[in-house]
Amino acid sequence: MKSLRFIVPLALFLILVAFLGVGLMRDPHEVPSPLVGKPAPAFDLERLNESGKRLSTADLKGQVWLLNVWASWCVSCRVEHPLLMQLAQANLVPVVGLDYKDKPDDGRAWLAEHGNPYRISVIDRDGRAGIDWGVYGVPETFVVDKSGVIRFKQIGPVTVESLEKKIIPLVRELQKS
Amino acid sequence: MTSAIRTIRAFCGALALGAALTLGAAVALAQAPDAALNARLKRLESELRCLVCQNQTLADSDAPLAGDLRREVRTLAVAGKSDGEIKDYLVARYGDFVLYDPPVKTLTWLLWFGPLLMLFAGGGIWLAIVRRRARSAAFGSAERDAAPDDVVAKAKQMLYEEP
Repeated sequence: MKSLRFIVPLALFLILVAFLGVGLMRDPHEVPSPLVGKPAPAFDLERLNESGKRLSTADLKGQVWLLNVWASWCVSCRVEHPLLMQLAQANLVPVVGLDYKDKPDDGRAWLAEHGNPYRISVIDRDGRAGIDWGVYGVPETFVVDKSGVIRFKQIGPVTVESLEKKIIPLVRELQKS
Repeated sequence: MTSAIRTIRAFCGALALGAALTLGAAVALAQAPDAALNARLKRLESELRCLVCQNQTLADSDAPLAGDLRREVRTLAVAGKSDGEIKDYLVARYGDFVLYDPPVKTLTWLLWFGPLLMLFAGGGIWLAIVRRRARSAAFGSAERDAAPDDVVAKAKQMLYEEP
């Protein structure tokens, strides 16, 4: 009975430490998106590299695809760019680029300079499609399944770890179903 | 002749005055709803969080996204959407995190009522301690006052002497 006096506060303290520890490990900039598990917001936008042609989310139905939000002004997009190039070369899944709040000329020049990992890029000049997709920190990457539902969202640049552990296994699994 | 000129002059003056007044009224009319709208937007924006800076409201933030969201909020307000509809629009895209005042639901139940629970738990513990202390204090003093000498002697014997 006496030992309970010490064990109870100690247990409470350890629980508090555990909560604070988990809180410290989390990145507060990663706000969980309410869109994961919901149908991808529709867009119908002009393509960056084929002027006059458009691309809509309806055109992409029936296949698993990635949406990568990027911009020529975005510094961390350069960090993930080599990985996206590798992903494009592996030809595993089509990556659609959303050139977010960018001058189309700058976007085209950026792709010409660094290489184009995107099957198609579309122009979101005023960022309205970005708002519909809940974009708040470029780059962002979404995994969309065959029925057009968002299954995963990566905030910030994709990493080797996030590609190998989350995105690629998820894409493979979704492609099978 | 002069009177005719005077009449024309007076007429022109009246016309100019009338025009100025009408114009002024029109400007005031155009500005009044604008001021109301601005006040409403200002209040609404101060209840919404900027996703980029996170500790700033949409009204205070200079982030480009905050500017875009303010534009979006204004567009929706001008289109006649209610405050609730505008908030729902943002929550659907960015989650409850955009609201500075989180809604009460199962997920936020602990957030809203957790502190109250802690208060009750703390109060319960405090009450238990106070009661136990009062009881032991009452018992202790009564015992001390009433204990006859032979009882004290026996107690001392029990305490300090080997059995």
